Amino acid sequence: MSAHATSPQFKDNAHRALQDQQLQKALGNVRHNFIERRAQAAARLPEFEALRDQARDLRDHVLAHLDLYLEIYERKVTEAGGHVHFARTAEEASQIIVDLAKMRDARIVTKGKSMVSEEIGLNAALERAGIEAVETDLGEYIIQLRGEAPSHIIAPAVHLNQEDIEGDFRRVHTWLPKDRDLEAPESLLAEARATLRAKFLASDIGITGANFLVAETGTSIIVTNEGNGDLTQTLPKVHVVVASIEKIAPTLEDVAGIMRVLARSATGQDMSVYTTLSTGPRRPDDVDGPEEYHVVLVDNGRSNMLGTDFEDMLRCIRCGACMNHCPVYHAVGGHAYGWVYPGPMGAVLTPSLIGVDQGGHLPNASTFCGRCESVCPVRIPLPKLMRHWREREFERHLSPATVRSGLALWAYFAKRPKLYALSARIGIGLMGLAGRSKGRFAWMPFAGGWTKYRDMPAPQGQTFQAMYKRQRGASR
Amino acid sequence: MSEARDDILAGIRRSLGVSAGDTARRQIVEARIATAARGILPQRGEGDVATRAATFQAQAESVSASVAHVASDADLPAEIARFLRENNLPATLRMGEDARLAALPWDATALDISKGPSKGDDLNAVSHAEAGVAETGTLVLVSGSHNPTTLNFLPDNHIVVLRAETIAANYENVWTELRKRFGKGLMPRTVNLITGPSRSADIEQKMLLGAHGPRRLHIVVVG
Repeated sequence: MSAHATSPQFKDNAHRALQDQQLQKALGNVRHNFIERRAQAAARLPEFEALRDQARDLRDHVLAHLDLYLEIYERKVTEAGGHVHFARTAEEASQIIVDLAKMRDARIVTKGKSMVSEEIGLNAALERAGIEAVETDLGEYIIQLRGEAPSHIIAPAVHLNQEDIEGDFRRVHTWLPKDRDLEAPESLLAEARATLRAKFLASDIGITGANFLVAETGTSIIVTNEGNGDLTQTLPKVHVVVASIEKIAPTLEDVAGIMRVLARSATGQDMSVYTTLSTGPRRPDDVDGPEEYHVVLVDNGRSNMLGTDFEDMLRCIRCGACMNHCPVYHAVGGHAYGWVYPGPMGAVLTPSLIGVDQGGHLPNASTFCGRCESVCPVRIPLPKLMRHWREREFERHLSPATVRSGLALWAYFAKRPKLYALSARIGIGLMGLAGRSKGRFAWMPFAGGWTKYRDMPAPQGQTFQAMYKRQRGASR
Repeated sequence: MSEARDDILAGIRRSLGVSAGDTARRQIVEARIATAARGILPQRGEGDVATRAATFQAQAESVSASVAHVASDADLPAEIARFLRENNLPATLRMGEDARLAALPWDATALDISKGPSKGDDLNAVSHAEAGVAETGTLVLVSGSHNPTTLNFLPDNHIVVLRAETIAANYENVWTELRKRFGKGLMPRTVNLITGPSRSADIEQKMLLGAHGPRRLHIVVVG
């Protein structure tokens, strides 16, 4: 079963998030660090913009030939001694992994960071089967202790402050001395490192995601900073890779090209610390590494997105730059989006994967400022795709009656230009008069929801159309 | 193969409006893999061996690795002993079966050397890199009994020997060398690209070193 969604309650979620002082403090870190670091990394590499074009073109090429690349990739993995499993749905994907674990009598499974494993609800499925699943990425470990979902695709615990984490460690790590000093973030890291080291060494199966699947060689690639993904996949007897079908890159050269935009867009690093290329199980000459290597390829709605308005979304390489630059994400954080993928990419992808009836609110959570598209390493037209969803929401009569009647009223005038100009002139003139003394409105009829949180500036002077007419007349 | 596999591939073809028997598409894909054409290559890694080594060092240091140079193989044990001593680390060292490392004059030092993969109780390890990448100060390590992958991640302090002449301008040059060594379309079990010591910024976006992998990465460039 896919991860549970609270996306239909987006408005309530967002409202709660805005009131949450602790969350607002933590979100301050997103606003500052990510944006500045990405800008610096991009500036350090003169070829960066050209590399973004190249990455976009490559991803389009892969999507247009996805069936063929998947066949080649599968053949190469098999030739290298690995096994490829296809899963149509989240349920199938989780079941394949649970079955693999059960057949090997696995008790404990360690996991590297993987958003698709969140999407398929893997931890819950493993736990239902009586298998302990341990998240090993520091951020993922922290939110697992809290029973939360990630609030960001590359920084899952970005919604938390240091004191929250200290509280969780004290609550869960009860075998450690109560009076230990956890003042410094370094001590929290050291405690997590020691706790998880024991899990790595005891693990029966290691599960990682994949940033890329290379068709040329049958290689899966993970990109991390902590090294947890490598300990996850190197120490247990079985390595299971779970990845969505669109992660294909044709050749190693193609990977090199995309790598150059991935870390820079994500964290502002020129290169992440660990980029690991894994091909099949342990070889005769190996003295470590897994004895079995499995790849679970997850569709879960993606093949239906091909050939539609939303195909562009499948170019996404999950860097998180769109949410890092999104004023809505900055204001409400990731949990408000209510499912696995937050921010602009989540607003487009969520309705595609769980339905517009569930995720239809999310494309409305945008100011259409366009920053997401301007930083996307594969140039996904995110605002345009959100607009497509709004249109579909409207067509399917999913938007509220007030929105629909408001739009109908506007459409009536918009189709009658003279009437529109006249009524705008009268309306603007009246508002200008009424708001003359203060220059703003603290309350307006039919817009109480809007003016509750901010003032509406009173219009000054003429309407845009009147000014346009005059200027054009003057320039002739 | 499975029903799920066939359904997914058929679904992709249906969405794309293509047929499985379209040979023109197949040729495009096969040619792309056969050619493995290079894309845009950043200029910053280019230059002669000395320039590439200098770029490599600057990049590696910018991500908190330490870099030392020695003139020849014979100088390696002393440099490694110095690094351990100056960081107040025990004089122990774990390594794989790499012949280049085995041939070094370790007897000239007081280092206590053991061989094999790590089970998690080794503080210090040394590996021999397959190559380096100047562009980002990245090390390339290849799995096998010579340089077991566990040595790259379990010890607290990872020392890596890198030959100056193997420092490539970019990743693409490394792929070319890997193909020469392992064959087109073939790869060792693991290739690790390592750029600096392990780190995490998961606590309030503060960058902390030594998350799960090595806290220190010391690179000794030979030549």
